[in-house]
Amino acid sequence: MSALKLMQRLPGADFVSNGRHWIIGLPWLWLTLFFLLPFLFVLKISLSEAALAQPPYLPFIREIEDGAMTLVVNFGNYMLLFEDPLYRTALINSVEIAAISTLLALIIGYPMAYAIARAPQAWRLPLLMLIILPFWTSFLIRVYAWIGILKNNGLINNTLMSLGLIDQPLEILYTPTAIYIGIIYSYLPFVILPLYATLIRLDDSLLEAAADLGCRPWKQFLTITLPLSMPGIIAAAMLVFIPVMGEFVIPDLLGGPNALMIGKLMWTEFFNNKDWPLASALAAVLLVMLIIPFVLWRHYEQRQEMQGEAR
Amino acid sequence: MGHAKKSRFPLLLTFLVFGYAFLYGPILSLIVYSFNESRLVTVWGGWSTKWYSELLQNEQILSAAWLSLKIAAISASFAVVLGTLAAMALVRFKRFRGRSMLEIMVAAPMVMPEVIIGLSLLLLFMAMDDILGWPEGRGQTTIILAHMTFAMAYVTVVVRSRLAHLDNSLEEAAMDLGARPVKVFFAITLPIIAPALVAGWLLAFTLSLDDLVVASFVSGPGATTLPMVVYSSVRLGVSPQINALATIIVVLVSIAVLFAGWIMVRQEKQKQRENSQ
Repeated sequence: MSALKLMQRLPGADFVSNGRHWIIGLPWLWLTLFFLLPFLFVLKISLSEAALAQPPYLPFIREIEDGAMTLVVNFGNYMLLFEDPLYRTALINSVEIAAISTLLALIIGYPMAYAIARAPQAWRLPLLMLIILPFWTSFLIRVYAWIGILKNNGLINNTLMSLGLIDQPLEILYTPTAIYIGIIYSYLPFVILPLYATLIRLDDSLLEAAADLGCRPWKQFLTITLPLSMPGIIAAAMLVFIPVMGEFVIPDLLGGPNALMIGKLMWTEFFNNKDWPLASALAAVLLVMLIIPFVLWRHYEQRQEMQGEAR
Repeated sequence: MGHAKKSRFPLLLTFLVFGYAFLYGPILSLIVYSFNESRLVTVWGGWSTKWYSELLQNEQILSAAWLSLKIAAISASFAVVLGTLAAMALVRFKRFRGRSMLEIMVAAPMVMPEVIIGLSLLLLFMAMDDILGWPEGRGQTTIILAHMTFAMAYVTVVVRSRLAHLDNSLEEAAMDLGARPVKVFFAITLPIIAPALVAGWLLAFTLSLDDLVVASFVSGPGATTLPMVVYSSVRLGVSPQINALATIIVVLVSIAVLFAGWIMVRQEKQKQRENSQ
């Protein structure tokens, strides 16, 4: 018997030669190793104590004396997060900023998505491309652009002062307002695209029927368009809310040193204070807070995908 | 109805004009001030291109840009392979064990805050280094591994939607004529989904090139990417060289997008012509 035939008879040979196992197995294994498994390490480190060492935390299993080993689990980091007003404020701030900016982005993005969906067909592709184009240029640099616009001797203040509308520069940079502007600006494309995807599928005959029966435009919008675009609204809201909860660049560059958000605090604990266990505990808390919005997002996203495939 | 539509038109147009002004105003201001002679970005000192020549002599920025381009090209290529496999698995095999897990793991990196991805991957790499001795230290390799992981999610979305709308009849015909599955994939499926692979690659490339947070966590002292250099100079205040860099990026991206748009429009017209014949 040839070696090849022998190999084919070995148990498991089918498994290896079957393409299906590779196609499913490779991405599955990769994501389990590099996406799922790392969270366990975050959990582990969050339960240890910070130390002046390399890496800067104490191991779980430690020698106490005479070679006796002991397991030390430290919940102190989590206690600190809920007791220290600094961390509590950061947690509450992040939820508040994420929620308000999501709402504002929807209020600004919805009319734009609606207008693009109602535009003549030849315009739609160029208009959509213009929405996507800023997304391909650097996010960091687009946030940086706002520093020059918002600062005390920046574009807005210089213009207003030279027009004589104000005598004193408006303090915008390093305030919550600047953070909101930065978030809405950066996340607007993520709101417009899913909204457009639902609005373009809207059946015009429903609106025409309503109009024929004497329904006024505003009522048509509130009773037909808005409810039917709900899946798009929720998908768009989650695409903003979830990442903004952990946003670092925007609060750091536009919010200034006093801006308190979880993502920025995590960065400071990790890079400046070298407190890896506390940074890990913050990451774990943030992760738990994001589970509900994540499930909501997946639910509505899958509904949209099914609609798209059924079309 | 026709009348109602017309009366709403000016309102919608206003939304669009203000919306696009909001999106493009800051980018335009960067471009204009990149040609400003004065170091004080907000004071106009006349036209000049000196920040461009200074940028092109800035060794630190140039070597960081080179490293970033290298990392982006490598990680995008691997992300396309992994993302295409994941998309095939999800579209072609309706039922398998771990399917819903794969769905979640493919979607999550797109919304997961970068600080969590960065920290968790760093801890993983350190543990792997301890146990396996690989990846040794932190730097280019760890950044590539991290970027592959979050970029493959985006590739999966792009390739998946293309695969889902694919007409299976060509593949079935080839199978009926006795072509092996691997041959069918390379001879038929791959050419059809090629535009989606290119789009996925470009998306992965851009995401990698743009990433500050994840790279900062998983990088070591040896590897400084372009966003890291930009971030550290931006933190110290407004810098005209960064404006020049931004202008170059915007011009390159615009050319690429215009080119892609031109090809799409041309293909569309060709299709219409073929259909009418």
